[in-house]
Amino acid sequence: MQTQSYLLVGAILFFIGALGVLIRRNPLVIFMSIEMMLNAVNLTLVAYAKHLSSMEGQIFVFFVMTVAAAEVVVGLAIIVSIFRTRENIDVDLLNSMKG
Amino acid sequence: MQNYAWTLLALPMLGFVITGGLGRRLPRTLTGAIGSGVIGVAFLVALAIFLQVRGQTGQHTYNDLHYYNWLDAGSFHVGMNLLVDPLTCVMLLIVTGVGFLIHVYSIGYMAHDANFSRFFSYLNLFIFSMLLLVLADNYLILIIGWGMVGLSSYLLIGFWFDRPSAVAAARKAFVMNVIGDVGMMIAGYMMFVQFGTLGYDGVFSKAQSMKPDSALLNVICLMLLVGAVAKSAQIPLYTWLPDAMEGPTSVSALIHAATMVTAGVYLLARSHVLYLLAPFTLSLVAIIGAVGAIYAASIALVQTDIKRVLAYSTMSQIAYMFLGCGVGAFGAGMFHLMTHAFFKAVLFLGAGSVIHALLNEQDLRKMGGLRDKLPRTYLLMGIGCLAISGIPPLSGFFSKDEILGRVLAAGNWYIILWILGVITAGMTAFYMFRLFFLTFHGRYNGPPDVYELAHEAPNVMVVPVGILGVLSIVGGFVQTPWGWNAFDDFLAPVFSRYPLVHAAKAPLVGNVPALIFIVVVALAGIYVAYVMYGGAERRPYRAPEWLYNLLYNKYYVDEIYDAGIVQPVRATASALYSLVDRSGVDAAVNGVARLVAVVSRGVSPVETGYVRTYALSIFAGIVLVALVPVVFGTLLK
Repeated sequence: MQTQSYLLVGAILFFIGALGVLIRRNPLVIFMSIEMMLNAVNLTLVAYAKHLSSMEGQIFVFFVMTVAAAEVVVGLAIIVSIFRTRENIDVDLLNSMKG
Repeated sequence: MQNYAWTLLALPMLGFVITGGLGRRLPRTLTGAIGSGVIGVAFLVALAIFLQVRGQTGQHTYNDLHYYNWLDAGSFHVGMNLLVDPLTCVMLLIVTGVGFLIHVYSIGYMAHDANFSRFFSYLNLFIFSMLLLVLADNYLILIIGWGMVGLSSYLLIGFWFDRPSAVAAARKAFVMNVIGDVGMMIAGYMMFVQFGTLGYDGVFSKAQSMKPDSALLNVICLMLLVGAVAKSAQIPLYTWLPDAMEGPTSVSALIHAATMVTAGVYLLARSHVLYLLAPFTLSLVAIIGAVGAIYAASIALVQTDIKRVLAYSTMSQIAYMFLGCGVGAFGAGMFHLMTHAFFKAVLFLGAGSVIHALLNEQDLRKMGGLRDKLPRTYLLMGIGCLAISGIPPLSGFFSKDEILGRVLAAGNWYIILWILGVITAGMTAFYMFRLFFLTFHGRYNGPPDVYELAHEAPNVMVVPVGILGVLSIVGGFVQTPWGWNAFDDFLAPVFSRYPLVHAAKAPLVGNVPALIFIVVVALAGIYVAYVMYGGAERRPYRAPEWLYNLLYNKYYVDEIYDAGIVQPVRATASALYSLVDRSGVDAAVNGVARLVAVVSRGVSPVETGYVRTYALSIFAGIVLVALVPVVFGTLLK
């Protein structure tokens, strides 16, 4: 399989994830989109690792996954606490930092 | 001498610190004792130094004591050096001696004042400053001392600061002194530019190599003269002195009679080399002296406040000293400085006793008949009045007549100045005895209950005046016209140090007829005063209304200065305030603040609070950052 294909898939996945972050209003969905972006990056890294015959890309993927997991933990905790306060987690309504 | 000359400065500073810092918590007797004690010890040190210098001969009397290098800026060096030579010794003895006596007097005079310790701390500060001025061996330290005595004067005139008149008088004195300070500083700058140094020795040696009567030297001397005129209350910067009488009488005696106002004369004597090389300015000094003497005497003739009469008399006597210096007789000027310190202190302190006895009455028209109530003050004031009138054998006669004798010996047009001086002597005798008779003879003209309570001053006040009275009697015998030249001989090394200049050395075997004439004029003045004021009924001379008003209002000079100088300066300051300060600087500063606020309010809509907007801008930024190198890369290819 040509490396370009993997890269293309990775790019498409990233793009879909980015759109999801920008357009969706539910924070859980935004987080899923962020995960999608991270996984797209992982795919790209592994593709390059194979293409350049180097292990570093694959090792770096582990780092990315760890960070993603930690970040999700924190993010979900925040969302849960917001839900507990407001009963509503639409990001458009979370604008008290305005001005 | 190296080892202990610095104590002359350390002692008053110590007194200042102790009485200023701890005075409130100490009992009054202790504060007074410390304040006076340090000056007393300083006097003993001065006496020791004097005896040591007297034992030295010729140029060994010039003791330049180097303590440390104070200022080192490239080629400009100023050391913290003290100069002890005969001229310094004279001033040291006067300042510490008369100063000590006045300190002791003040223990009694200020006994009922709430701010007793503050008074003594200021007095000690003054003595420190004056000694610094006198001991300096370069013009920079002199100017520092000059400024500090001006400060002390301000603090002491405005001592009773809850009185608006005292505050105004203090401010006036300080402002006029600052004008003099500016003159001194300009002279200092010019000296540095011309001579490269500010030390006396350097300046005087280098000055001799300038061409005689050069314009530059004349300007330097003129600027120094501005300083001297301001400090010594001569024309045209004298109007602060009568107002300075708002301060306590000890202050008037110490600062405005015996010491500070004589600093100008000391400056002239110290800078005699420069003045003798600039004869034009020197003759100006003589003219200011002669004119000032008769001018001040004329005002004193009609004043009704006892201290103001003495203030104008001080101005007049210092004018005599200027006159003496102006004809090159610097020694004579210093001699009169010394005797004047004695008898003027007697007069002021005696007046203080009178004021104290009459519960702060100072108006001559409300005095009279105090001879029996204040017998010792009567005697001492009498001595002071005789001395200032120049009646032999009291000290004033010898010093005043030496000056007038030298003026006459100068010849040419100086005889006009001599005539002015003689007329002034007559007027001096008249107005001093007018003061004397109005205070002590005749009938008492004030409230009767005050007269009942009037009593002689306590010993702590009378004894110092007594000592000064004795000095006023015998102080003249150091320099008589009949060959006893101890004073001039003592000062001779100072005035012959720089070979190119010769101070007036005309022997004063002098003009006996002139001497007798002056004494006769003085006696005539006393007689006229006696006729007019001596008896039970007063018979003042009815002068024309306009003349009386002119003299009583001091020739309206205060009003002229106010209209001509003070008000325009005030108006300019006010205009600058509203135009430059308020509309300009404040507007700029406030404008900047407002600009910041406006910009920030304009920019703040960027923070929408929506996370999605922020996310969008992050992405936009990333895209830009990614795109830019690619675009530029292809463009550059």
